[in-house]
Amino acid sequence: MSMENALPISHRQRLWLYALGGLVMLFLIAPSVIIVIMSFSGSTLLQFPPQEWSLRWYESYFGSVEWRDATIVSVKVAVMTAIVATLLGTAAAYAINARTLRLTGAINALLTASLIIPVILIGIGTFFLYARIGLNNTLTGLVIAHTVQALPLVVLTVLSGLRSYDMNQEKVARSLGAGRFSAFFQVTMPQIRFSIVSGALFAFITSFDEVVVSLFISGGETTTLTRRMFNALRDQIDPTIAAISTCLIVLSIVLLSAAQLFGRGR
Amino acid sequence: MSLASASLSHAGRPDGALNADALRADARRESRGLLALLSPGLLLVFAVIIVPIGWLFWLSLFDEAGQLSAANYARFFEQASYIKTFVTTFKVAFVVTGACVLLGYPLAYMLSQLPRRAAGVCLIFVILPFWTSVLVRTYAWLVILQRKGLVNTWLIDLGVIGQPLPLANNFAGVVIGMTHIMLPFLVLPLYASMKSIDTDCLRAGMNLGASPAATFRQIFLPLSLPGLASGVVIVFVLCLGFFVTPALMGGGKVIMWAMRMEQTTSLYSNWGAGAALGVVLLGVTLALLGLFQWLLGARATGVWSQR
Repeated sequence: MSMENALPISHRQRLWLYALGGLVMLFLIAPSVIIVIMSFSGSTLLQFPPQEWSLRWYESYFGSVEWRDATIVSVKVAVMTAIVATLLGTAAAYAINARTLRLTGAINALLTASLIIPVILIGIGTFFLYARIGLNNTLTGLVIAHTVQALPLVVLTVLSGLRSYDMNQEKVARSLGAGRFSAFFQVTMPQIRFSIVSGALFAFITSFDEVVVSLFISGGETTTLTRRMFNALRDQIDPTIAAISTCLIVLSIVLLSAAQLFGRGR
Repeated sequence: MSLASASLSHAGRPDGALNADALRADARRESRGLLALLSPGLLLVFAVIIVPIGWLFWLSLFDEAGQLSAANYARFFEQASYIKTFVTTFKVAFVVTGACVLLGYPLAYMLSQLPRRAAGVCLIFVILPFWTSVLVRTYAWLVILQRKGLVNTWLIDLGVIGQPLPLANNFAGVVIGMTHIMLPFLVLPLYASMKSIDTDCLRAGMNLGASPAATFRQIFLPLSLPGLASGVVIVFVLCLGFFVTPALMGGGKVIMWAMRMEQTTSLYSNWGAGAALGVVLLGVTLALLGLFQWLLGARATGVWSQR
């Protein structure tokens, strides 16, 4: 908001609003901050602020074969999900943006259905389906299920990139003799690549943080990090989880910053 | 080139229709290409979401003896434990939505009034939790609220209370944890709609002698209601089917709809009953979203497309 748009209300008159807003922001950010600080505690007691500092919970995380295996499974699934969801989502967004197909509304609704449908229903349904076709406890099954959940985010992100891009440029390229694919890859993609990368990052994080569906369809050697964390939390509050949580928070920050940077380059 | 041959074969027609067939064929080819781009995504969604849900719906129509019956649905009205689950779920959803409105409206209002740069910095406080794992945030609240958690330790050390307050593993814990998770879903659409309110309207009001409070009440508040409604609907709907936080913070006492579904299918392997719960949950969800879209002509899923 520029100065000429400002209302004739001083900041001082708004102090109460800033105080209230600040408190709500504190409520939103405090849990993450507390967990990050407590992950460096040297004690098994949950004290805040910690009396002594150490890296023992990180050692306990990285030193445990079970946690490490679960992390590797999650990374593998998230990388593959990001690749598949980005390919399918970008293709779908391109087709939706062309707006020549009938039923675009219905197609949109179907592609974004997983945002609305209760995830517990998707979890139970997927487990039920996978039980028949032998995909439970497999990486393929996890990638497919996570792709469906990440797809809407890629479609929406790429679509917003395409909406700020003038499709006539691609039409010009095609009228000058470029094929459909070379027109897309040489003219359109360089201009929407930032949204595509953002979409891929959102897909990665969606998969990496996914809990409910993974609870049903992962297990054994393909237990994801979140599933192992969920089960550990049901039993007891192990401070190792604070170290893992801190790693997840840092990952979110890194990926979000990357997405923001790419978004600005648009 | 197909165009040339088309114009030759239709030489007898009036000028306007000369290339009609060729153009139509081109459009058809175009459509087929676009459909081919869409089909992998649509196919996957169809296979992983639509097929299993359709299957579960089919299952829910049969009783345990394999007879076609409404038994799976009838028990929702007959068994007290199911009724209690529904009551708990709606109670949690109402309280959490209310808390989100009380906390989210002032925050979104503040964000919309701040200069662009400051608003961008403050938005991080909303967006970062939005993208932090639900599991991490639930764990954090467990640490903060449990019997020997931070809040209780501090309050006892300060001498405010003698006995630890029951904050986790009960209704209060579920509400606090879920409010934290749902808040961004309310703030983001609300903020976007508040940003789009024309400040000229507000200035005109103040020019005509309205006090800041009257300007807010009579101009800003009504204009922000559609955004608020969209946030409220999405939060309420997400609460109805929420699983992680009640499962970890309810202490087995607060059984919500999604937990009931998990218990019925995983613990008791009663797929018919679990499926029926899912069908009703989906029905309620879609009905609420449909009602919202019908009333306001806007999609409630907007929160995911603006970050």
